[in-house]
Order: sequence, then structure tokens, then C-alpha cells
Amino acid sequence: MSSLATPTTDLTSRLDRNAPAVEVRDLRKTFQRRDRKAGRFARKRPWPALDDITFTIARGECVAILGQNGSGKSTLVRLLSTLLIDDGGEARIFGHDVDREASTIRRLVNRVSVEASFFKKMSAAENLSYAARFYGMTPRQTRVAVPEILASVGFPPERRGESMEHLSRGMQQKVALARALLTSPVLLLLDEPTTGLDPRSKLEVQEFIRAVRSEHDATILLCTHDMAEAETLADRIGILDRGRLLFLEPVEDVKRRFGVQTLEQAFFAATGREFENEGQDDEDDEYREVFA
Amino acid sequence: MSEYAIEMRNQLVGLFGIVERNVYLTKRYFLWDLAFMVWTIANTLTIVFIARSAGLHAAAENTLATRLLVGATIWAFLGIIFEFMTETVAWERWEGTIEYTFMAPLSRLVHLFGQGAFAVLYGLIRAMILFFAVAAFIGIHAPQANYGAAFALLAIGSISFIGVGIMTSVLPLISPEKGAQLGFVAQGVMLAVSGVYYQVSVMPEWMQWIAKISPATYVLRGDRNSIIHGAGLAWVDVWPLLIIAVLATPIGLAVFRVGERHAKKHGKLKRSG
Repeated sequence: MSSLATPTTDLTSRLDRNAPAVEVRDLRKTFQRRDRKAGRFARKRPWPALDDITFTIARGECVAILGQNGSGKSTLVRLLSTLLIDDGGEARIFGHDVDREASTIRRLVNRVSVEASFFKKMSAAENLSYAARFYGMTPRQTRVAVPEILASVGFPPERRGESMEHLSRGMQQKVALARALLTSPVLLLLDEPTTGLDPRSKLEVQEFIRAVRSEHDATILLCTHDMAEAETLADRIGILDRGRLLFLEPVEDVKRRFGVQTLEQAFFAATGREFENEGQDDEDDEYREVFA
Repeated sequence: MSEYAIEMRNQLVGLFGIVERNVYLTKRYFLWDLAFMVWTIANTLTIVFIARSAGLHAAAENTLATRLLVGATIWAFLGIIFEFMTETVAWERWEGTIEYTFMAPLSRLVHLFGQGAFAVLYGLIRAMILFFAVAAFIGIHAPQANYGAAFALLAIGSISFIGVGIMTSVLPLISPEKGAQLGFVAQGVMLAVSGVYYQVSVMPEWMQWIAKISPATYVLRGDRNSIIHGAGLAWVDVWPLLIIAVLATPIGLAVFRVGERHAKKHGKLKRSG
């Protein structure tokens, strides 16, 4: 974990030390969606993916946002990654507006999503080098940094030259983590990074996230539907339900507030619905303009 | 180093990254590219053989065959450029890397120009192989050919082609399903009005007006003159290409920015599936 790339630009000069790492106020995002019951040719209706959400994340903090599929977690991550434009409110990262100062934000943020997403015919080393070039890392720099970062995530060195398509899902996710960390982001957005992994890979990835936090000055926003993962990794936990952030507090405060023992019970107390039963209202790619 | 100098350096490294990635992918897909090359040669032969069936005397037949071959070669060259440019978005969407590329601190101009630069390099190599392979197969004689001038004019025209290609690369952002194919519509229309296999003068007058703003018109005319008559680089072909190049790239970039903003507003800047 000691060998993350040296940033090629002075990131600290872009950081407002007094500003929170993430500051979101009344953020709204609405997509258009057809009601599947009304048939294929029914008029699309507005569907709020994020409904006036407000929260802040302090520098160095790890915050988990829990929510089922379609709750708006990925929409939030994509807004903070400059991949979406909001419909209202504002989001600032280290004091910089996500929409108006997108180029500055892009130097500060990186992410890991549920899908590893690589050029499948290229090797892990080639994919990482390619990604690193966008952040100004030269071949001389990546020749050293890529093997080191891959070693730090437990990637076998003899498989560095293998095509990504030959790697297991767990291996690919490790490479995705390496890609995100290679550029030394000060804000790391993790969008269900362990979904679909086997238990061992899941634990390894979680261990790595802990190590990143303890050894680097990184702020982490973890979006997940795994309550146990959120509880073990995060300082504070929020539940995003159908685009609305119900709360964002330390887990013990959540349990105390609702007088319950588990986060599942807290979700039920807050929404009146079982966490597992959620997803019935999941977006359907075929019917919805986008999925969140 | 000043912040500006660091940023410039980073953008250049990013540009290199785009080209480097395409080199990696070309190596991995080399056999497929070879198969595609065979198809392009076969397709070009079907066009150039028309000269043999025209019933002309040998010299005229040779001139017609050369005229058709230059047209087919430029068609294939432009095809590569438009294919690469539209795939800027389409390929990354298919691989799933689009979100990572578009959230990276790489300026869109550098991103798209890097893609275009590789397309031009790759397209020039293919165009040369295609031209000489078909010329050898058919038995075309071009003793006066000024290949240097033809090559130089193609390279100058490529800057304009990249600019137009940038405009078409936005199409898959607007329509993930059909946008990539629309790039070929742009290619076909551009060549149809530029006299790809015929003189511009045979077209209706309104098409001749459109031909004036097509960079392919000047590349086709200049390259035919260089290969058939041995003409050098003619200023009459160069200056329109330079003007179109100066205009096409910023216009293309502006069009792309509008498309990118539309995609971000409607959530289309995402992987497929």
C-alpha cells in the first residue's frame, strides 16, 4: 500500500482545506420513465432518481449510502463523477462545483463501480497504463507504479500480461480498485464494489478499502446494498430510499433513534417496508430512459 | 513548472495514451483487421474492374482504372477515420469503459484528436496497402505518379476529415443503438458529393455547391492529378483544405460538447447493458 502513484499535479493546490470533502444541497435528478403497466407506447413520466438530498462528508471520512436497486445510489455517484448533470440543487467537492468546475473535480475523484469495465482484450497492465495516461502518468512512471499497485491489491504478478477477459470477476475488481487508486484520488467513490464477488474476494476488497483509508488521505463514499459491509467500513450510514436520503448518521445513532438492533430493522422502521422486498420498483432498462 | 505547463504536459501524455491504447487493440485484433483488409481489397476490385469492361483503348482504360482506384482508396481511408471516430463512444460503451474515460481529466479536444490521429495513421497505412495491392492485381501503370504529393495532400486533408469525424462521433452519444451507423451515412454523403468515382461537374449544380465545402473534393482532385498526371502539391487544392481544417475542428468540438451535455442531462453517458 505504500506505492500509490505520485500525483503529477499538485492536488493540494486544488483543495479548499476548509471545505467539506463532499457537500450536497437539495440535489435533484429526474429521469423520464414509462409506466410498464401502461404499455410500450405510453407517455414517459418524470421519475425522481434523487429527490432533494442534502448531506456533507468530512475530509477523511468514510460514508456508506445504503439502498436497494433503483434507489438512486448510482445516480448520486455518477453526478459526483461529472457524468450526469443535475436538475437542481448543488454538489461541491472540496469546494468545487461539480458541474461548473468539472475539470478540477476530475483530478480529485476516481471511482470503482459494480462492473469492473475494462478493454477485455487488453491486459491488466495495459488497462492500468491507459487509465493512468489520462492523469498525466508517463510510461516511465507506470512501468514502476502499475506492478506495485497490482501487487498491493494482491494481484498475481505472472498474470499482469493476461487479457482481462481471462480473469475472474474478483480479479477484475481488484484491478478496478488498483485503477482507481493509481491516480491517488482524494475522493474515492465506490459503487457496490463487492457485489457479485465470492466471499473471499469480498473480504479481500473490503480489507483493501480499510487499508486505503488508514494509509492515505482519502475520503470514501461507499454505495452498497450490503448492510454488513456498510456497518464494518463506514463512519456514518445513510439510507437512500426511492431517491430520498432518510438519514445519515453513525450506525449506533441509527439503531438508537429507531430503537432497533439491526440496520434491516431500522430500514423497516423508517420506510414501513422490508429491505429485501425492495427492488419491485426497480428501473427497467426497457421502459426507463436510464437506470440509476 | 507552471500549472499551465503541467496541464499541457498531462494532456500530451493523455493524447499518447489514446494512441497507445489503439495500438494495443490493433495488435490484439490483428487477424480480424487482416480479414477486413481482404474484404476492402475485394470490394475495391469490384469497382476497379469496371474500367476493364468499359471497352476503352488501353491508355484510357488505365486512366479510368486509376481514377476509380483513387476514389475507392479514399473511400476506404475515410471509412477508417469515420469508423474510429464514431467508435470513440460506441466502442467504449460496449467495453464499459465510457464512464471512466469521460470522467478522466482529459480535455475532449485531446481525447477526440488522439482518436483521430491514430485513425489517420492507421488509415494511411491501409490506404497504401490497398492502393498498391489492387494496382498490382489489375496491372495499373502509373509511371508519372507523384506519390509524395498525393500522400501529402491526403495528410493535409486528414485534419479536415478528423474535424468532420468529431462531428459524427457525437452520434452514438445521442443514439446509443443507431448512432454509430449514422457515421457511415456522413461518409457516403461526403463522398457522393465529392466526385468519388466521377467528375464533380457531372453532378447537378446544387450538389456541386456542396462539393465546394467538402474536403474530400480537393483530396480526390489533387490525388488524381498527382497519380495520373504526376502533378505536385497544388495550392488550389491545399488552401481550401486548410480553411476547412481550421473551421471543422472547432465546429466539430462544439457539436460534440452539445451532444455530451445532452447525454449527461439524459443519462446516456453510460455503459450499455
